[in-house]
Amino acid sequence: MPDSAQIRVHPVTGTIMRQGVPAVLNPYDLFALEEALQIKDRLGGRIVALCMGPPQAEAALRKALSLGVDDAVLVSDRAFAGSDTLATSFALASAIRQVGQEQPVDLVFTGKQTIDGDTGQVGPGVAKRLGMQLLSYVCRIPILDMDSQSIVVHRWTERGGQVLQSKLPCLITVLEGTSEGRFASLPEMIRATRQPIRVWNRQAAGIEDLTKIGLKGSPTVVGKVFAPSRRAERAECIEWEQDQAGKAVSLLWEKIRARQPELVEKLSGTNGGENGQERVSE
Amino acid sequence: MNERFDAIVVGAGPAGTSAALTLARGGWKVLQIERGEYPGSKNVQGAILYADSLQKLIPNFREEAPLERHLVEQRLWVLDDRSYIGSTYRSPVSNDAEPDRYTILRAQFDKWFAKKAQEAGVLLICETTVLDLLREGERVVGVRTDREEGEVYADVVILADGVNSVLARKAGIRPELGAGEVALGVKEVLFYPQESLEDRFGIQGDEGVAIEMVGKITGGMVGTAFLYTNKESLAVGIGCLLSDFRREKVPPYVLLARLKEHPALRPLLRDGEMKEYTAHLIPEGGYKAIPKLSGDGWLIVGDAGMFVNSVHREGSNLAMETGRIAAETVIELKQAGEPFTERNLHRYRQRLDQSFVMKDLRKYQHVHEVLDQNRHFLTTYPELVNRAAETLLRVDGVDKRSKEKEVVRSFRKHRSYRGLFSDAVKLWRAFR
Repeated sequence: MPDSAQIRVHPVTGTIMRQGVPAVLNPYDLFALEEALQIKDRLGGRIVALCMGPPQAEAALRKALSLGVDDAVLVSDRAFAGSDTLATSFALASAIRQVGQEQPVDLVFTGKQTIDGDTGQVGPGVAKRLGMQLLSYVCRIPILDMDSQSIVVHRWTERGGQVLQSKLPCLITVLEGTSEGRFASLPEMIRATRQPIRVWNRQAAGIEDLTKIGLKGSPTVVGKVFAPSRRAERAECIEWEQDQAGKAVSLLWEKIRARQPELVEKLSGTNGGENGQERVSE
Repeated sequence: MNERFDAIVVGAGPAGTSAALTLARGGWKVLQIERGEYPGSKNVQGAILYADSLQKLIPNFREEAPLERHLVEQRLWVLDDRSYIGSTYRSPVSNDAEPDRYTILRAQFDKWFAKKAQEAGVLLICETTVLDLLREGERVVGVRTDREEGEVYADVVILADGVNSVLARKAGIRPELGAGEVALGVKEVLFYPQESLEDRFGIQGDEGVAIEMVGKITGGMVGTAFLYTNKESLAVGIGCLLSDFRREKVPPYVLLARLKEHPALRPLLRDGEMKEYTAHLIPEGGYKAIPKLSGDGWLIVGDAGMFVNSVHREGSNLAMETGRIAAETVIELKQAGEPFTERNLHRYRQRLDQSFVMKDLRKYQHVHEVLDQNRHFLTTYPELVNRAAETLLRVDGVDKRSKEKEVVRSFRKHRSYRGLFSDAVKLWRAFR
């Protein structure tokens, strides 16, 4: 995927300029990869790295290989151009089924989302299409028992933590910051550089229905792309003596009232005058 | 690790990749090790590519290399505080001729170039730093990297690790760089729609313009500034000797900001969106700073060997040239069944001496010294010539002979006849 930190919006046409923007391995996927590698360290098994993208995406798979992945498949075809999350999950699910014909797939790992679209929809979409249990936003996998085909994961959401148990096979989307990541040895780097990466076109990925991929398979329509306008506002530092926090808050409140009376009015309207003030001071 | 290679090349810039490519084509088993995430990710240049040295390696590069624009116009400006006086050479490239100077973006170019070497069979690994040379006695037999099981052996090691060449320094091949031997260059890449660049510079299609600048813009420091047109961006930068930055205590970004605000540049740069801000060291020591270039089992190429012609701003072509010649030297030795001893590898230096690389560097070996000891070349003269132009061009009722006298008087006042004469001699000797 293009490094979203380096993407610019064309000042005239308003389109995204990908020219010269380096491709990177989605950072969230690195955490997913590390979870998979740790499971391989513990229990053995085989990991296949799967990536859908243009030929340049090979670099990301090469990195996965150097870190200890056994096999890498690049799903790449012009017919995929313009795919939204629905079409992408269709193509990936189909490719995973093809991998499954070579050997059974117990677990599918993805990052929690990409850093360009930020939707977090592809992983769940793939799980649904493959009929796998979906375990999203996972931060830890304390138990994985291959004999009983069961897994226990810690999941973290906005509302708090959950401990979930599930049957295999399942798809896990991994949260960031779950692990440190690893550094391949020199022989591993050299092995990864020499290992061929399999490239699957649409047919090899088992896709026959052209209406499910690419632009045709993508109901999402991007209406407009724009760069948010820049704002520069002078920051102000409010200092206070010990035990005088209340005074500082009142001062802050006055300053906000002076600059954005509508906002203060709105807060006061919903919570009542004094309440609004209390809310802020909390 | 157990596997052996015929050669290890440290670094995947123009020098390292030229060497690796040449070796691989000669049937060698080559391991190339790059510190950055990908070739070009850490490399900074203005950047102008001279076709000749690349053409020797990849004759049809024009069809596939990521080139920005070919130069049809080159300007040289001498800047005063507000004005500039300069020269322009413009000549469209005729349809049957092949352009020989291009602007490029190094991050893209280096990646493409390295790909060519990989296609020829070079094994390139990135994100790996070479920490030390491995030796048996005096002979270099391999390298140690920062990865686990990171020692790897080869018959010969080519150092192409750039201006800082930590490796050469650690191995005692090269002394610590002096602040007077390197320039610090800072550069911005500003985005513009293509049509806007065509309007600003009077160019169309792939045509491009390069502007080189000297004068008061460096604030008396030894250095130059530049402005190059890319397809959809402008590269603007300035570089001065590191020792001068230290002495003058001017932060490089201030110098660049000042350059961008100069009345000569401001209109050309307006409304740009900054895409990139980079800084890099440039070897400027010239001929005298060139270290020992080879020894038992090793050779040094490119910036690591200080191969930069700062007068003509040539560097990446010298890197490619030295990389290729180093590789050809070891290929010939191997074919002749001769070992890579210090004595045999000295042929590399002998071949360089015969090439334009050393001839040019030798020609300009005194330039820095002269500029360093005669700062008025960088401050007084730019002001005098700009003022002279103003005096001669202004129509204000003063007769032309009196104006000429005034110009001569101003030169004499600042430099005296003897000073002017000695300056002329100094310049002639530095550049002859």
